[in-house]
Amino acid sequence: MSDAALKTSAVIAPVIKEETPFRRFVKQFMEDRVAVFGLALLSVIVLLALLAPWISPQNPYDLAKVDLMDSKQRPGVIAGDGFKMWLGSDGVGRDLLSGILYGLRISLMVGVVSGLIAATVGMSVGLIAAYFGGRVESFIMRVVDLQLSLPTVLVALILVAMLGKGVDKIIIALVVVQWAYYARTVRGSALVERRKEYVEAAQSLGLSNSRIIFRHILPNVIAPVIVIATVQTAHAISLEATLSFLGVGLPQTEPSLGVLIANGFQYLLSGSYWISTFPGIALLFTIVGINLVGDRMRDVLNPRLEK
Amino acid sequence: MTAVLSVRDLKTHFALRSGTVKSVDGVSYDVGKGEILGLVGESGSGKSVSGFSIMGLIDPPGQIVSGSIKLNGRELVGLSEAEMRSIRGRDVAMIFQDPMMTLNPVLRIDTQMIEAIQAHETVSDQVARDRARDALGLVGIPSPDERLKAYPHHFSGGMRQRVAIAIALLHRPSLIICDEPTTALDVTIQSQILAEMQKLCRTTGTALIWITHDLTVVAGLADRIAVMYAGRVVEDGPVDVILDTPLHPYTDGLLGSVPSRGKRGEPLRQIPGAAPSPARLPEGCAFRPRCGYASDKCMTVPEQSFPLAGRSIRCHHPLKPGVRA
Repeated sequence: MSDAALKTSAVIAPVIKEETPFRRFVKQFMEDRVAVFGLALLSVIVLLALLAPWISPQNPYDLAKVDLMDSKQRPGVIAGDGFKMWLGSDGVGRDLLSGILYGLRISLMVGVVSGLIAATVGMSVGLIAAYFGGRVESFIMRVVDLQLSLPTVLVALILVAMLGKGVDKIIIALVVVQWAYYARTVRGSALVERRKEYVEAAQSLGLSNSRIIFRHILPNVIAPVIVIATVQTAHAISLEATLSFLGVGLPQTEPSLGVLIANGFQYLLSGSYWISTFPGIALLFTIVGINLVGDRMRDVLNPRLEK
Repeated sequence: MTAVLSVRDLKTHFALRSGTVKSVDGVSYDVGKGEILGLVGESGSGKSVSGFSIMGLIDPPGQIVSGSIKLNGRELVGLSEAEMRSIRGRDVAMIFQDPMMTLNPVLRIDTQMIEAIQAHETVSDQVARDRARDALGLVGIPSPDERLKAYPHHFSGGMRQRVAIAIALLHRPSLIICDEPTTALDVTIQSQILAEMQKLCRTTGTALIWITHDLTVVAGLADRIAVMYAGRVVEDGPVDVILDTPLHPYTDGLLGSVPSRGKRGEPLRQIPGAAPSPARLPEGCAFRPRCGYASDKCMTVPEQSFPLAGRSIRCHHPLKPGVRA
């Protein structure tokens, strides 16, 4: 085949671009240095949390390993068991570094699980409202408005006070205060998609409503949900810390970052600054990391900001 | 010829807060097996709404108020949503105006086609995929096997419309409603699609309703024409006869506003005024305010009359064949 013929055939042959939407997303995401830093920070934090049982100097849940004699030790002091307590110890003698690593696990788990459940519930409700419209929509959206008009902390506080302590209870409370954000966002995007012709075309094929909602509309509204999910996960983590700090969140036996901060805050003025400060910094890094990533995702996934 | 579709005195109204909009107000037509009916009219004349009424896809506040739609002898008006859903896509399919919008952008072609097949038949994915491939081949898409794995944005507009046609043909429906499917395409692609549809219609015996505002398209494609104005069919008949000797002043006006070689240099005749809003129709014959022949008689709605074999018209002052306004 001559060069010219080769060229023409290359033009005529169906060219399917290899660049998938996901790859384009990754490429655009990486263009922003701050976001990459945020992602790196978040990755390190998640990795530390996942590896906590293997890398912590001490298991803070194992009461046999905790020595009251080690309580309120300054950062860098050698514990009775012979390991160095890099970040000091708390009021009952637990190594603070270990406490933070285990606390991250719980905080992240609570944030992610409640975020996933709230996203699922909120998306379904929002899609149903947008698709069916009319009274169904009015009813759902009034409930959403009601939910959003109440202060988040107050609702969560009341719920946890009613339900009691425990990881599952706090997840329920976080889902209740968060689902409405997803529902409102998804409904907004889905209303736009609902008017598009492909929905009408899908109806004219005789597809069922649930199939059109979850298979045709849902993938088209997923981008804003991902963005909301990152922001809301950060929000959930800080809300859980708030509740735990107020003493209605997680029990002492399952210390999250919020519990650790609460444990130390009474010693703050007596000189043992580290007990509250280090878990606080860990919480700060986690939330900043998530928000940096979320911000960049919003920029990349927003079609209106596309270059 | 037995009618595949028989629409009688169909009325589809939209009850809005500001009043009732009579988008379709007493429309009747028949479409036979393998026949192509061109449904012609301006924007807002109710041609698309009549198509959606047949599909049972009128959303509230719209409603089929009265009339009858019979598909292969079966009455469609009054069927439940579930019954209607089993007919949609299987017995009657629809092709839409903008091929860029009718395929879901995030789903692959094979996903969308397999889903369309499995909506009405319990077949394995493999069987469905084979049928989807054959359907793509039928509408002239090269290397259908590879194309099945593509996303809609990999296709050009004309190719997408072919995919949409392939999807409509999947269940060999007895009727396909085409809502201006070539309006968004350029002329060369348009003619390809038209030829393709005509061929498919003839070989499979599928009846076709071709909704358009473009008389030149129907002239080459359709067997019959129904001209709609303000929710009513004002003239109906075989395509050649209507285009040669229009009887209704509106049809005549439409034909006069099409540029053609024979009229080079002459100013185009326009129909004075604008199509009335379906919310505020003039009393009597809706065309009266724009019609040069209007008289006092036109304050009453003209009944459908059948002046010649195979033709119908709604006018008090039909034109004499050969006389032009």
